[in-house]
Amino acid sequence: MEAFAHLVATAADDKATAAASSAGYAYGLAAIGPGIGIGYLVGKSVEAMARQPEAAGMVRTTMFLGIAFTEALALIGFVVFILIGL
Amino acid sequence: MNDLQNGQQADAFTTALQGPAPEVKVTKDMVRRGLIVAPLLIVVCGFIWGMHGAYSGAYGIALVLINFALAAALVATTARISLALMMGAVLFGYLIRLGLIFLAVLLVKDSGWISLPALGTTIIVSHLGLLVWEMKYVALSLAHPGLKPARP
Repeated sequence: MEAFAHLVATAADDKATAAASSAGYAYGLAAIGPGIGIGYLVGKSVEAMARQPEAAGMVRTTMFLGIAFTEALALIGFVVFILIGL
Repeated sequence: MNDLQNGQQADAFTTALQGPAPEVKVTKDMVRRGLIVAPLLIVVCGFIWGMHGAYSGAYGIALVLINFALAAALVATTARISLALMMGAVLFGYLIRLGLIFLAVLLVKDSGWISLPALGTTIIVSHLGLLVWEMKYVALSLAHPGLKPARP
């Protein structure tokens, strides 16, 4: 009986560990995409501003909104992480 | 400027953008709207998750608004120095702000008043909702500069 209880407790620990590590992987993977996206977005925006400084205001406005929208993907990954693994 | 007229581009390392910062204006709009809808979100969270949900909703909205303000301050400050610095600051700022949000949640996760589902839902809903709301205003302003909609 004690061995069975120990087995059940070990299985529960394994499940919790697996959930935590899966959530960590999910958060890490969810942060990679937005990182690439923001890098590409800001790089192209800087190129546009260097090419046409007179349009910098418009480019900066749309760049900032684009950054925030892209960051929402990472935030969604973060929320999944706190709901599953934290 | 003569070089720019010949189809070449300025050096991103030495070019700085002076003048008003549009992202600060955008963020002020979003913060103002966030403060307007915050009571509604808090009431909805309180209705669904109870008092803990209401506290968590308020905390989530505060996190989102501070995140926007930090991002705008970073872009506005570095753009006055150099475009290349702005790019680096945005990329590292993304990592730092994610870390700060993680730290802010980690600090309160074991508190008695926190409800993680309410916090997560509020973060996503307020972040995307405020962006879409602002996007509507910005898109109309860019498409029809003479027809700026009235601010709330």
